[in-house]
Amino acid sequence: MDNSRRKFLKLAGVSAIAGIAAPAAFNSLLKGEAFASGGGSGHGEDKAPTGKRYGFVVDVQKFAADKDLAQRCINACHTTHNVPDFGKDNKKDEIKWIWTETFGHAFPDHSQYKKNTQLVDLPIMTFCNHCDNPPCVRACPTKATFKNADGMVLMDFHRCIGCRFCMAACPYGARSFNWRNPAVKNEDGSYKYIRRPNLDFPTRMRGVVEKCNMCAERLAEGKQPACVDACRPTDGIIFGDLNDPNSEVSKVLREKFTIQRKPALGTKPSIFYII
Amino acid sequence: MIEKALSGNRLYWTWLAILLAIMGVGGLCYVQQFNYGLGITGMSRDVSWGLYISQFTFLVGVAAGGVMLVLPYYLHNYKVFGRITILGEFMAVAAVSMCLMFILADLGQPMRALNVLLHPTPNSILFWDMIVLNVYLFLNIVGGWVILNAEKKEVPPPKWVKALIYISIPWAISIHTVTAFLYCGLPGRHYWLTAILAPRFLASAFAAGPALLVICALILRRYTAFDAGKEAINKLVTIITYAAILNFFFVGLELFVGYYSNIPGHMHTLDYLFFGHEDGGVLYDNLVGPMRFSMFIGMAATIALLFPKMRDSYCKIGWLCGAIFLSLWIDKGLGLVLGGFVPSPLDYYVEYYPTAIELGITAAVWATGAFILTVLYKVAISVKLTKEA
Repeated sequence: MDNSRRKFLKLAGVSAIAGIAAPAAFNSLLKGEAFASGGGSGHGEDKAPTGKRYGFVVDVQKFAADKDLAQRCINACHTTHNVPDFGKDNKKDEIKWIWTETFGHAFPDHSQYKKNTQLVDLPIMTFCNHCDNPPCVRACPTKATFKNADGMVLMDFHRCIGCRFCMAACPYGARSFNWRNPAVKNEDGSYKYIRRPNLDFPTRMRGVVEKCNMCAERLAEGKQPACVDACRPTDGIIFGDLNDPNSEVSKVLREKFTIQRKPALGTKPSIFYII
Repeated sequence: MIEKALSGNRLYWTWLAILLAIMGVGGLCYVQQFNYGLGITGMSRDVSWGLYISQFTFLVGVAAGGVMLVLPYYLHNYKVFGRITILGEFMAVAAVSMCLMFILADLGQPMRALNVLLHPTPNSILFWDMIVLNVYLFLNIVGGWVILNAEKKEVPPPKWVKALIYISIPWAISIHTVTAFLYCGLPGRHYWLTAILAPRFLASAFAAGPALLVICALILRRYTAFDAGKEAINKLVTIITYAAILNFFFVGLELFVGYYSNIPGHMHTLDYLFFGHEDGGVLYDNLVGPMRFSMFIGMAATIALLFPKMRDSYCKIGWLCGAIFLSLWIDKGLGLVLGGFVPSPLDYYVEYYPTAIELGITAAVWATGAFILTVLYKVAISVKLTKEA
């Protein structure tokens, strides 16, 4: 009796210590750092990772001023990457890497209460956030979705098994699935759904997921992403290294008030919006 | 032992022929899907998982439900379940097989399925789900088969198989917990992002699995000489009743948290599932009817089972178990998975309707499961009946 009580107390003591210590140990295991920096507070605030981290600043007012700008961006991206177009009335099979949303849909958890009328109609460019903590990478069972050293979230189309777990995981709806063959050819050898094929970039096969790849192939050649180039001469979308204090994005972020999509989820998006 | 499946009466062969016919038609549907791609289904950019994954989710529960026989029999030496424990194990085999088929049917690139093994990814819950499901399948096939074989030869089963059986008990919990983790670890999907998802999955599994088992036992009693025994059925019904009560209690907790907290994200899917959502003059409510029906028949049948008078005939028990099974199938096999996608993370309401091809493939997988179950049950019952004769 006495013995069993002592045993119980001992066990309870050990469990309590383990219970208190485990989260801290677990945290340091997961992040490799036990203590967060003292700099920020609130959701989505954390020490910035070291090394390169590419990101975008989208100046929504520039898109409001030039009504065609959004479409130019979309065309540039979709042409560069052979994104198929199945027609406006085929929403089901739709594939999009960059597109416009209204404020309410791009920022559904912001208050929509008594918003000014101009804001409601603003075209918000939405694309993959290349999150610093991407849920899609966590979900992918084959590493077909992965984050590279420069903070870009990329897709290996040849490894993707098409389970679409990443689509369920992405809180931004940034991923598309090839429900059908996007590279079907007409009798004359031209593509049925790709109007101006770019021979320097591959087409996809059906059954794989795809999304914005931050123009990894253009960055490798020292160019800027296609959407950024399409915005010129305006600075509708600015691109650069968020961790480089001298980069243009860092400068803009220091000077302007920006918002991110769903910061409370802790994904740390790499797109910042000047509203 | 498998030869025992090769002899049977006309009813047995007719049943197998019907199942084979459904499998054949579904097979043709799958050829179509294989050639065209998943675009042949009703799934879309917004609702990117449909009937296949929802059936998979429900059936993991049916598989886990088998543990409600294995646990009392092996851990608590509850002898009454001795005759039917094998039915629970073989049901788990059939259910897990169906799960794996549904996953394969859902892959955009099924030829690459082995990539999950070639590039093991421990941070993906899908990787762990693959492991727990396949191990559970193995545990039940080997455990059930070896013990049945020993029974046939009238020798005690080898000691090592006991270890497999004991492992299979927590493993049953793990398959459904990990399956719940597929959903409840995702940010931005409020309906799934709830700590009670795994308990809720288990409660519904421990009601749905045994309910199907009772129905099977009653069918076997009617058409074969095998009788599970009144006491065993009664005990199972008690388990089903309590598990179902827990399940509806958990559903109630979700409703409370959603509506009392008044957080829009937590209410949106509940609104869509139970009341419908109106947007721009369009009413999105295609699941309201099924969900209300599911709650009504599930709760009514559960309450009915609390009254001894409603348990006094096999006929009543059969219908009530059927109602609970149907209720949980709708709740988990439709509402849970589809509700997670509506509204979308960008607050769009896109509804999902399966296509004929999709329904054909789904029916074929269910038929294949029934086929596996029938053959395994035929073997098990033949062994038990010859031994008893």
